[in-house]
Amino acid sequence: MITLSDLHKAYPTAGGPLPVLKGIDLHIDEGELVAIMGSSGSGKSTLLNVLGILDGYDTGAYELDGQLVRALSEADAARLRSRAIGFVFQSFHLLAHKDATENVALPLYYQGIGRAERMRRARQMLVDVGLADRADHMPGQLSGGQKQRVAIARALVTQPRLILADEPTGALDSTTSDEIMALLQRVNDQGMTVLIVTHEHDIAARCRRVVHLKDGRIERDERREPQGAGAAP
Amino acid sequence: MTGWLDRLREVVESHTRHRFRTAVTAGSVAWGIFMLVLLLGAGTGLENNIRWQFRDDAINSIWIYPGMTSQPWEGQPVGRVVQFSNADIERIVEVVPEIDHISGRFYLRGEFTITAQTPAGGTRSGAFSVRSCHPGHRYIEQTMMVAGRYLSPRDLAAERKVIVIGLRVAEFLFPGRPLSGVLGEWVDLAGIQYRVVGVFEDVGGEGEMRQVYIPITTAQAAYGGGDQVHQVMFTVGDATVEEAAGIADRVRRVLARNHHFAPGDLRAVRVRNNLESFHEIQQIFVWLRIFIWLVGVGTVAAGVVGVSNIMLISVRERTAELGLRKAIGATPGQLVSMVVQEALLLTATAGYAGLVGGVAVLEAVRRLMPENEYIRDPQVDMPAVIGATVLLVVAGTLAGWFPARRAARVAPVEALRSE
Repeated sequence: MITLSDLHKAYPTAGGPLPVLKGIDLHIDEGELVAIMGSSGSGKSTLLNVLGILDGYDTGAYELDGQLVRALSEADAARLRSRAIGFVFQSFHLLAHKDATENVALPLYYQGIGRAERMRRARQMLVDVGLADRADHMPGQLSGGQKQRVAIARALVTQPRLILADEPTGALDSTTSDEIMALLQRVNDQGMTVLIVTHEHDIAARCRRVVHLKDGRIERDERREPQGAGAAP
Repeated sequence: MTGWLDRLREVVESHTRHRFRTAVTAGSVAWGIFMLVLLLGAGTGLENNIRWQFRDDAINSIWIYPGMTSQPWEGQPVGRVVQFSNADIERIVEVVPEIDHISGRFYLRGEFTITAQTPAGGTRSGAFSVRSCHPGHRYIEQTMMVAGRYLSPRDLAAERKVIVIGLRVAEFLFPGRPLSGVLGEWVDLAGIQYRVVGVFEDVGGEGEMRQVYIPITTAQAAYGGGDQVHQVMFTVGDATVEEAAGIADRVRRVLARNHHFAPGDLRAVRVRNNLESFHEIQQIFVWLRIFIWLVGVGTVAAGVVGVSNIMLISVRERTAELGLRKAIGATPGQLVSMVVQEALLLTATAGYAGLVGGVAVLEAVRRLMPENEYIRDPQVDMPAVIGATVLLVVAGTLAGWFPARRAARVAPVEALRSE
């Protein structure tokens, strides 16, 4: 699904280029549930930007679903992103002036799908994440966990190959975190590749694979049986 | 496919979300255009009004009135009253060939009772003011004949008792008669019978159309005037302001020689040079127009700065939203076009509202205050105002375009992290 080979990236600064990713080699198979851990400054965000095709890289190679992601134009990157990747963010990033269904439908707008079809698919997706009764609510009327469910529905609505979740439980209490993790695990069980960036150990502990990032390099790549309360059966 | 309605919905939604900011921006744009329209309209109104006040008489006319000498000359004392005569006019025509029409007036003061016979055998009379003059008067006063003819040189030479009457006079004395039927009728003017040879209109308005004209020679003979002339007036063709001043000066010198006063004695004759006054007023209008445009350009510039600022703030505030839209598959082009369309919609709507509002106010002024001293027929130069509106819209659009382009390029993960 994802293959990173000797990936390097540096940011230009006034005092010369500042290397952030210093040779990342990583392979993620289809259907994996992977946590990426690391302290701030470890290169997590940059890696997420590169994986999400929101930013380029300097040397090495990034293959997504068998396709080399390299020197794409912004528009091509946007199209590939729209087709292949769904994003989930720590602070949900629902548009406040749209109701839940409209928020979920927004990615389809950028795929050029008509409004009626968008709304139909979005409503179905809200049913799938258990929010059928909140379809017409505005984000302000939803709890944190409900907002994140809406965000996950929005990430799934384009039927991408990969979900990139950036601290998806960072703004939630532990009970709600469990629910969200359970939802992500369920999505993973249905065959979706899910990649979670987190600094919370109990979240990472629920993933079969944990990649530890430190100072721009992969420090450790653990594979194990998931554990912890509320783990998927 | 997503249609224009879909896109419009996205754009409008963004404005309804930030009602206050949208209102302030729209307000500043609309106000700028509104004020520009009002300013330009008021300027045109003032100018039209002045032109209208000049409408009665030929702009290229010079009027000369006799005065009293204020300098001793050729042994004559000061304080001598100057009196023009028919000979003066003949002399002026000889010496100053640039004059294309000339006339004197012999004043017949007060109103005169004019009586006409009705077809039924009765009489009908009214009081009107009478002017006696030369044939050239027609061009100086801008008299327009609607029936018959004006006074002719032969009328003057023969001191004929003929009369040219204003349209209102004709309507009053001969009610219900066709104008051509009025010609040849006899009217009684202070005991003397005159034959009507023409009926006229005058752009100068109602008062002018209540006048009657008779030959100056007839008036002089009938009312004991000898060959006295109270006032000389003439037009100077297409002479420039400088040439007109020169002509007036030469006429003054002819009169000075005829009446033995100092050529430089400005009190001996008084000169009213319409061309010069009109030119002076036009100069004022040039400055007024420059002033109005400066204010207008300033207003529009302020609007441009306002719109630019608001768009900058709007884009900055929405970094997270733009980042999110980018993450879920919007191309930079789509993001930029969304912001630009927002700016376009806002400024174009507001600019149009200001334009319509301004024009409506001008129209209201025109309807509700048709006759006043200051403003007449206020209008705006539509291409100029539309140009200003387009300028504002373009500026607002550019002001959205630049920051949006920058925002659309940023990798959004950081922007989306912080909230």
